[in-house]
Amino acid sequence: MKEFLEGSHAIAEVIKSCKPGVISAYPITPQTHIVEDLAQMVSDGQLKSQFVNVESEHSAASVVLGGSATGVRVYTATSSQGLFYMQEVVFNIAGMRLPVVMTCANRAISAPINIWNDQQDSISLRDAGWFQVYAENNQEAVDFHLIGYRLAEDKRVMLPVMVCMDGFILTHGMEAVDMPEQEKVDKFLPRYNPLYKLDPAQPVSMGLLADPDYYMETRFAIQETMKESLGYLSDISREFNSVFGRDYKDLLVEEYQLKDAEKVIVAMGSVCGTIKEAVDEQRAKGKKVGLLRIITYRPFPYARVCEALKNAAKVAVLDKAVSLGAYAPIAVEVKAAFYGKKQGPKMISSFVAGLGGRDITLETVHEIFRRLSTKEVNSDFVDLKPELLKEEYGE
Amino acid sequence: MENSPLFKSGHTACAGCGQAIAARMVIEAAGANTIIANNTGCLEVFTTKYPETAWGVPWIHSLFENSAAVASGIEAALKYLGKKENINVIAQGGDGSTADIGLQALSGMLERGHDILYVCYDNEAYMNTGVQRSGLTPFDTNTTTSPSGSQSSGNIRPKKPMPEIALAHGIPYVATASAGLPQDIQRKVKKAISIKGPKYIQIHVPCPLGWRHETDQMLPVAKLAVDCGLYPLFEYENGVLTGQKKIVPKPVEEYLKAQGRFKHLLNNPEEIKKVQDIADNNIMKYNLKAQA
Repeated sequence: MKEFLEGSHAIAEVIKSCKPGVISAYPITPQTHIVEDLAQMVSDGQLKSQFVNVESEHSAASVVLGGSATGVRVYTATSSQGLFYMQEVVFNIAGMRLPVVMTCANRAISAPINIWNDQQDSISLRDAGWFQVYAENNQEAVDFHLIGYRLAEDKRVMLPVMVCMDGFILTHGMEAVDMPEQEKVDKFLPRYNPLYKLDPAQPVSMGLLADPDYYMETRFAIQETMKESLGYLSDISREFNSVFGRDYKDLLVEEYQLKDAEKVIVAMGSVCGTIKEAVDEQRAKGKKVGLLRIITYRPFPYARVCEALKNAAKVAVLDKAVSLGAYAPIAVEVKAAFYGKKQGPKMISSFVAGLGGRDITLETVHEIFRRLSTKEVNSDFVDLKPELLKEEYGE
Repeated sequence: MENSPLFKSGHTACAGCGQAIAARMVIEAAGANTIIANNTGCLEVFTTKYPETAWGVPWIHSLFENSAAVASGIEAALKYLGKKENINVIAQGGDGSTADIGLQALSGMLERGHDILYVCYDNEAYMNTGVQRSGLTPFDTNTTTSPSGSQSSGNIRPKKPMPEIALAHGIPYVATASAGLPQDIQRKVKKAISIKGPKYIQIHVPCPLGWRHETDQMLPVAKLAVDCGLYPLFEYENGVLTGQKKIVPKPVEEYLKAQGRFKHLLNNPEEIKKVQDIADNNIMKYNLKAQA
């Protein structure tokens, strides 16, 4: 049933329908509305979860780690500094192959402190062994949590999933969302039944010391699972479509007006809504432009990106994050995808926009298409304010 | 000693390790219906080097500082599953992971009222990394990061009062124990798990390597710490001091001279006096002196 909901509330509702046994979180803007709503649901008896209020994100992640190891479905959510504070545990959860699902309400990283949206937080944790999926809108954000649990708890996978949604833009945005009915959720998402758990009836030790004779294979195993999972996502997407009637194709990328496109922007998250509108405007004027939206950033869908962009002459990769001192994060992947390939774009330029919540407008997108006409650029910042870069701050 | 099904022999602890004895006493007292969350440290390393484990109960290690939080998640999951009534949850770690890097997670666990027993194995320094000073290192101890020298007689501060910090959370049971008195450890663990809510037990565990005494001196050294008043053994129930190990106090010098870590103090009566003052203060505060 379609409801007009705030993004955070929609997420809380869908998490309720997933029936996690343990929820733990620590407040950080803009994640707070999600966990406030869940706390209220528990308080009202609508949700039979244990809601553990912790003293830090490090403990929030540790609590869900312990809950998951005990064999129950778990949930946490965070943002920005909170994600960084739990980073140590984030890596640990993946290494222990625990199917935790977390929402990251994407927010900029300090300093300077800034509560607004970009994607630096989750992107900085790209090597942690978590799936990372990025929602364009709140319908996707809702659906990706269901898909996330299904994927994480798949016995072939057993890895955690981070559902990334742009802070404020999605978390605090009101949209009509088709909320999944409980019967359908129960059909799509079976009860969590782990292979191993902490249970006195069958004692196991978890989290052992692996010396050089054993450590590497554990990392290799995750790497292999990640690669294989690119295919599992298609299967899960098909099943999701059969239950809920929404088709996310292979869940890796979305192709928008790509067929004959000469200039293509590659981007991720809610900014793709704006880019689609800009593409429509340019198409109306006969310009052959398009969008390739990355949905799954980890594992990165190299083959799909190559396939989708093989006929595009010029590609602009738009990052809402930077790798200071190096190429921007998504741009690196797209360039790497084409290395050594015979067919592909002649130009892959990289642009950085929207850091710390600076609006990416239609005009920003048109400007990126314009800059794509000249020579190739790397980490070209768009919408900088020249007056703030004057020499009074320098020499 | 016979092999224990809950804490098996064949682990790789050093000879004379007080922590290994104490950990075995703890799990044998708690019994098979127990789940343990363990901080990183000696105990974790010497009991669970893949592909072997010494533990006969469900056991998990995540990180250095988070066993209290991991245990909180275990306890919450057991509550959700309706299984908490039958299963004990123990979080444990060394002095550094308890009093320093893990203090915040422990405070959260105590404050939230989880039904968990936290055990701190206190060997008074970061032994696993090579005897660096921790918040529970005693005054004037020579460690690798608080070395004695011409300008210093070792660690400049007394031990952080962890039992009092735990007590300040208003929890129902706080006790100290010693590897030198194994039966006392077991009695206290049994009492602790019979009480609902958060419990804290801190066990003094000699480390021959870090304290620099012979490996066969573990028990006598542990007992001397108790008998001189430097490691008072006590129990607090619901905030009230309900028991203490009475002693006929021995001079601290007897304890100090038994260990290489205090060797630099032996010709320094002024410093020994300062250590004696700490013991005397404990003896007064916890009313340790046995009636003649």
